[in-house]
Amino acid sequence: MAPISHLSTKGLSKNFGGIQAIRNVDFDISKGQIRALIGPNGAGKSTFVGMISGRIPPTTGEIYFADQNITSLPAHKRICLGIAYTFQITSVFSKLTVHENVALAVRRNRQLKPNDVLEQVSSILDKVGLLDRANSEVRELSYGHQRLLEIAMGLGQEPSLFILDEPTQGLAESEVLEFITILKSMAGLTTILLIEHNMDVVMATAEFITVMNFGEILAEGTPDQIRLNEEVQLAYLGKT
Amino acid sequence: MNDKNLALNIGVVGFLALLFFLVSDYHDGIIARILILAIFAMGYNLLFGYTGLLSLGHAMFFATGMYGYGLSVELWKFSAFEGLLFALVISFLFSMSIGVLTLRTKGVAFMIVTLMFSQVFYLVVLLFGEHTGGDEGFVISTHGRTLFGLNFVDPTSKYFASLFLFAVVLLGLTLFVRTRTGKCLVAIRENEERAKMLGYDVWVHKFIAIIISGVICGLAGASYTLIFGYAGAAFAEVHYSILPLLWVLLGGAGTLIGPLVGTVFAFYLIDISSGYTSAYLLIVGLVIVLLTLFAPQGLAGELKRRMAHWLQ
Repeated sequence: MAPISHLSTKGLSKNFGGIQAIRNVDFDISKGQIRALIGPNGAGKSTFVGMISGRIPPTTGEIYFADQNITSLPAHKRICLGIAYTFQITSVFSKLTVHENVALAVRRNRQLKPNDVLEQVSSILDKVGLLDRANSEVRELSYGHQRLLEIAMGLGQEPSLFILDEPTQGLAESEVLEFITILKSMAGLTTILLIEHNMDVVMATAEFITVMNFGEILAEGTPDQIRLNEEVQLAYLGKT
Repeated sequence: MNDKNLALNIGVVGFLALLFFLVSDYHDGIIARILILAIFAMGYNLLFGYTGLLSLGHAMFFATGMYGYGLSVELWKFSAFEGLLFALVISFLFSMSIGVLTLRTKGVAFMIVTLMFSQVFYLVVLLFGEHTGGDEGFVISTHGRTLFGLNFVDPTSKYFASLFLFAVVLLGLTLFVRTRTGKCLVAIRENEERAKMLGYDVWVHKFIAIIISGVICGLAGASYTLIFGYAGAAFAEVHYSILPLLWVLLGGAGTLIGPLVGTVFAFYLIDISSGYTSAYLLIVGLVIVLLTLFAPQGLAGELKRRMAHWLQ
């Protein structure tokens, strides 16, 4: 039996003026999978997930999430359906406390009592190692901690599809290891779409990899298949 | 955790009640007026200080309440209570339509559009001068100044009615900013894109903020007319859109107590400095420049930054 598709796109394209950033992409990810999306700079990865999360309207094509056509839904409604998105460029509420940032994510759309929110926020902050900073203003945090907070906000949303746009960018090595642990702990429960340049992270976490280049899918396969794929090596290393 | 805020605000109301017996009649009159205008400032603060939407046209909301009350009481002989209800309903409908129209814009465009609508409102008031009295305005007759047996010609009734309304709005807002909706407004102010990507419907929340803000300002306008017995076009003019902005900035935008602090400060700054010189605006200007330099977040905002982080 084929695995149940959680998210798929059909003929998805995006033009910016005369430039075709994404060309006719058919993409499919099954429930509970950790999928890495890799590719050289400018391959269109961020534009692609931007269209999935609803930040960028597609030019043509369709997006299906949990058996529903979500192509014309505004971003906030997609989030309510269970998609979470963390920004490539850190985007947090810098003048609010760490606690309030995560609480805003937890509080949305649920009839949680204030005490439940408090408890849940604490447990998430504990998980990412920010519990001792809960009452600090976010702007006092180091860059790495702000990245972790961004992930914590994603966790707070309890998404069924978690899109992470270069989450480990700028993290220290120890923080990267922590991140890998968090990601693995979510395996099977949450579908994860991970844009990542750090190949160690990709190889340690991804069950399946999609490679993009020039707005198209260049190759798809297991980590071992991708490692050995000549086209992928060509795109990355520029061999002729 | 935040009950310090509730305690502080209840304390402020209690102090104001006591103050009536401690100061002269002259100051009682000024404070009553300040309290009603502080309601106006609190309404403005919800939109500007909490949601981050800078309107330059809030005089129209104040004047909606003012004329909604004044005209219904004078032209159609509504009782004071009916007039008050009518003013609130009109304010609600009016802020809804202004919200729908202005929320198509953002930032500077929002400022300009609100300013323009407010100017239109002002011109309409002048256009119907036959009923509104235009610049001269009109005085409210006795039946429109009597509510639940209280006659607002009496200074004690004036003071305590103003304080009561002020307290209701202050405590109402204290509770409101803690709700999920209230906290979402702050999130929108801080980072609209992120709020959206956490699943909050940003448009709806801004719309709610405009309506609540508009109704509070309408309540301020209606009660001003009820308690002080006068309605006039001066209150629809552009400087009544700038004043609440000034009060909120002086007192501390995005703090509950800021609007009161700012209004008191601005009133007494003028009152005291004009006692010394006829060039009092020079002093007022200088103080405002100094405040912007040394307490850019306003008086309550500065207090919050330095020592009272818990201030909401």
